[in-house]
Amino acid sequence: MIPATLLSLGIFAVKYSVHAAPPSGSSITGTIKLEGTPPHQRPIDMSKEPACAAVHKASPVTTETVVAGADGGLKNVVVYISEGLSGSAATEVAPETPSWDQKGCQYIPHVMALNPNQHFKVTNSDPTSHNIHPMPQPGGPNHEWNKSQPSGAQPIDAAWQSPEVAIHVKCNIHPWMSGYMVVVKGPYGVSDEKGSFKIDNVPPGSYTLTAWQESLGTQTQKITVAAGKPTAANFTFKAK
Amino acid sequence: MRTQEPKLIACAVAVLAFCSISSAQVTKYQEDANLGIEAHVGKLTGHARDAALNYRRYCTGCHGDLGDGEGENAMWLDPKPRNFTLATFRCRSTATGTLPTDEDLYETVGRGLETSNMPSWNPLSDQARVDLVAYVKHFSDRWKTEKSGTPIEIPAEPAVTAQRIKAGQALFQRLECWKCHGVEGRANGPSADTLTDDQNRPIKPFNFHDQTRFKCGETNRDLYRIFMTGLDGTPMPSFMDNVKPDEAWDLVFYLRTLQPMQTPAKEIAKQLGLRPINPNAPAPTSESKPEGENK
Repeated sequence: MIPATLLSLGIFAVKYSVHAAPPSGSSITGTIKLEGTPPHQRPIDMSKEPACAAVHKASPVTTETVVAGADGGLKNVVVYISEGLSGSAATEVAPETPSWDQKGCQYIPHVMALNPNQHFKVTNSDPTSHNIHPMPQPGGPNHEWNKSQPSGAQPIDAAWQSPEVAIHVKCNIHPWMSGYMVVVKGPYGVSDEKGSFKIDNVPPGSYTLTAWQESLGTQTQKITVAAGKPTAANFTFKAK
Repeated sequence: MRTQEPKLIACAVAVLAFCSISSAQVTKYQEDANLGIEAHVGKLTGHARDAALNYRRYCTGCHGDLGDGEGENAMWLDPKPRNFTLATFRCRSTATGTLPTDEDLYETVGRGLETSNMPSWNPLSDQARVDLVAYVKHFSDRWKTEKSGTPIEIPAEPAVTAQRIKAGQALFQRLECWKCHGVEGRANGPSADTLTDDQNRPIKPFNFHDQTRFKCGETNRDLYRIFMTGLDGTPMPSFMDNVKPDEAWDLVFYLRTLQPMQTPAKEIAKQLGLRPINPNAPAPTSESKPEGENK
């Protein structure tokens, strides 16, 4: 416990020093589209967990490997700068502490982007126990952990130390639960249900922009960001 | 054409020879660097270098020359031999996600792993086992960049009482141990059939009803440690954040009532007429009254 506390203190120190620098740079905005018929999303049978089945009685839930809107907007795509970042832009840690909630036996959000060493909170809003089990690449720089979180338990505070696209998160008690944490350096955006994303605080420069989707893979494009001007970048994924 | 062929072959052979020599050198160099790793258990210091012969004699068959768990016997074994290059270990006294201590690995080597093909290596000398621990560590660079976790503190075992057993049963219910282990500990909970390990291989929960020893030990302290730190690489999570040190003993005592051997806890449970709690009974009450029966 003591080393963990020291570690988090260390991270806070880093955070505040980063925070002192005024955010600068432009934004990158765009839309992610899915071309073709979205793959069938399997309905999830939660009858083994009556408390969660009851929550979804009115609107049954499905898997979320590809979530596309009526107009083809693709949700849960992480867009980040994979090449070209330098200096503080590459090492800055986003100041927010996002929440990863377990609600209705689903992960909310289904996909979460983070910087290395950015803390996040795992919460359990369900009347049932979950075990939160992120599974980074075995043998890689991040390490698997697995904690029980009974109903009403305190949030779990955690962070990933190294970039990794992407870390699968599962609950062994409820095998249908699946989500991804995407750990990237520098500013990032995650697309909403319309497929729109926005990346803030991008310093002017030339970059490779990467879009990652959990089952459709990654796409890249080169962009140039000018000072004080929003840059547009769109991606189209083809349905497999 | 004819005259060129031998030349080409000679050239290819030369290139291949060069490649194999250079790659061998790199491997040798890296291995030598890692072979300097030590293990410390009590007053003993283990040296990876000194374990090479024993590893080749006793461990390679299953764990493989490279420590990747792909020894020639591996294909016949279930559960599979541990892949040391991943540095994920089940039996730890340290928090989930951290490296085990040298003592943890030493205990595992000496004890062997119940219900697997890993035997006890206690016939080897203490020094030989500490050396092997160092050798196990030399397969992963994680040991160079990271320190072992801090071992959890286990308070002295209190006296087993009826009250503690009942409190333990309430915990078993609240923590939903039964989701995998079953309400009677028969490894038949609703999630039991869907479990997989970190390599996506099917894995079974521990069956308290017909097994006496655990993979990570057989004493009450071992049992305490197992559920508090969790078994990394398996679906068994750590309960440390949500179980207080004293409460953990309650759970230990209750779990002992589920096992086949005669224990003081089991005797008390018998006198109490303790029955498994029906998980589908209306909202769990704060006190652990046995509610109804469950088949």
